[in-house]
Amino acid sequence: MSADTDRPLRKRIRAPFDGPNTIGNSDGFWLSVALGVLLLALYPLLFGSYAAESSSVFLVYALLGVSLTFIWGFCGILSFGQVAFFGVAGYTFGIVSINVSSYTGVTLGIVSGVAVATLFAAGLGYFMFYGGVRDVYVTIITLVVALVLNTFMGQTAGSEWAIGEAALGGFNGMVGVPNLAIGVGETGVEFDGAMHYYVALAALVGTFLGLRALVNSQFGYAMVATREDETRTEMFGYNTTFIKFLTFTIGGALAGLSGVLFVTWGNYIDPSEFAITAASMPVIWASIGGRESIAGTIAAAIAIQWIELQLTGEWALVIVGSLLVFVILVMPDGVAPQVRDLVVFLTERRRERSSETPAAAEEVSD
Amino acid sequence: MPVDSYELLNLAFQFLDSFAFIVLATVGLAIIFGMMGIINLAHGEFILVGAYATTLSFHAGLPLPLAMLAGVVATTVFGVILERTIIRWLYGRLLDSMVVTFGISLVVVQLVRIQWGNSLPQIGTPLGGISYGNYSYSAYRVLLAGVAIVVLAALYVLFTKTDFGVRARATMQDEETARSMGVDTDRMYLSTFAIGSALAGLTGALYAPATPMSPDLGASFLVEAFVAVVVGGPSVLLGTPLAGGLLGLVDAAFTNVGGQFIGTVALLLTAIVAIRLLPDGITGLLEDIREKRRETE
Repeated sequence: MSADTDRPLRKRIRAPFDGPNTIGNSDGFWLSVALGVLLLALYPLLFGSYAAESSSVFLVYALLGVSLTFIWGFCGILSFGQVAFFGVAGYTFGIVSINVSSYTGVTLGIVSGVAVATLFAAGLGYFMFYGGVRDVYVTIITLVVALVLNTFMGQTAGSEWAIGEAALGGFNGMVGVPNLAIGVGETGVEFDGAMHYYVALAALVGTFLGLRALVNSQFGYAMVATREDETRTEMFGYNTTFIKFLTFTIGGALAGLSGVLFVTWGNYIDPSEFAITAASMPVIWASIGGRESIAGTIAAAIAIQWIELQLTGEWALVIVGSLLVFVILVMPDGVAPQVRDLVVFLTERRRERSSETPAAAEEVSD
Repeated sequence: MPVDSYELLNLAFQFLDSFAFIVLATVGLAIIFGMMGIINLAHGEFILVGAYATTLSFHAGLPLPLAMLAGVVATTVFGVILERTIIRWLYGRLLDSMVVTFGISLVVVQLVRIQWGNSLPQIGTPLGGISYGNYSYSAYRVLLAGVAIVVLAALYVLFTKTDFGVRARATMQDEETARSMGVDTDRMYLSTFAIGSALAGLTGALYAPATPMSPDLGASFLVEAFVAVVVGGPSVLLGTPLAGGLLGLVDAAFTNVGGQFIGTVALLLTAIVAIRLLPDGITGLLEDIREKRRETE
């Protein structure tokens, strides 16, 4: 304990979030994270609540990207099915909250949306990992699951496809989904406009810190070991099947949370959220940002969506696609590790220049 | 009883149709994924290139067979260019190849949309129909099943009976050894990829008169192709017809009972269950059975 108190306060606060499994553990990294969060928090004040409301979806999709980074970057499970959990949670929220009116329904919708997505991920994960399905076959099964949902939801246009008051709506989607809120009966708080933005931001920052702590914990070490060499990890006595199952389920829960935030943002969801283009977007964000970097994925998700929005014309997809090819060929691990290497290189050089006073035993970066 | 026999004939045609579709959608991908370890998510766009090149040259005045040839040639050239510039860096990088080819697919679909809009006038389906009772079935679609079988047979001969086939398979199995025995492995990769592209182009050319021409037509081939490759297993030349047979049967039976949508869902669910039960596909199962028999003998 006494050794602990010798360390500066900022290091003690940071301790649970730092470790060898994450890219970026230096003062500079955390300073830029704090700056980033501050800028995002100031955004509604600077640009007004309308801009915040329309940008909220960037944060929601960033959360979806993070759900993939967690399972792919840290446990080696590439899933094209994050959108399946995302969409299932969205539809569940819609069905529950449209049927049960008042704040009770919305609160119940949030809980059941995330719960159904989690259970769905757990079921699928159990089916795959305990059945010996691995590597690229996991990827293909998850892609097929998303496409089955896409096909299924697409044909639910008829009036027989309604659950209580909620019509599924086929390709036109489900409309009239209520705003995000929490409460019981007629008393509660509604989060619309800029408030939705802040809820999404809080969810994103909370997830970021939570996952940093998780991947640097004992469980995180086991996840990374499973990614690096599954057979060897199993030889050491770890139940790698369970590790993959649990990781996949947590990833599904996070995707479900972002699905609930998505459907309350637009008050609307349609089957295109399950389609192959949508299914690939999280993979694109994670690949470009760096699949082993949560912060990198968040930055890439926000940046790519912003670019797509700016290039509203027909060339948007051409540019995004070319960017993807270029980044993977030039930087196979994404942008974040490159930035880390650059920062390390620059600090080393600065230290060499002022080498009369050797630096303390403090590590510069990870 | 004539009604029942018509029904049966209906089912048979439906089966031939699904079988041809699955096999033709799969062969190009099976060569590139099964043999080279490149997950080509742009496979559908290779088919798109073949279909568009065929349709455009037909409208430019070429007779249909020549237009189809043009489609195949265009796709092969397209594939060779991609292999030389991009794909060659991705051998042995399974997941990266998936992400990169997805990027290629986005670009190609969008470029086609920018250049030719959301649809092209479709070539009329040739050969007319076969009539029986109150039903009739497109003769061209039955012909496709024949073509699928011919393509499979030709590939089998090419990869097992010819010198080229032996060199190509040796390269895919053990590049180092093949190279030390004097095989130009770089050229083998290029030519195998070219064959895969040509087959995708052929699929596009053959389906040009049978599907609506739109920039996203590739997606309708992609899923079936992946599912069939995975269900078929590691030995692609044998796995493709077997998977095509199994999935075609499921698709035809359920489509007959409940319509197109039920057929597709049944096919996809069968695939999920098949992957779960047979992680190494049908040919993996056959291999296991053969091993066991050898042990008991």
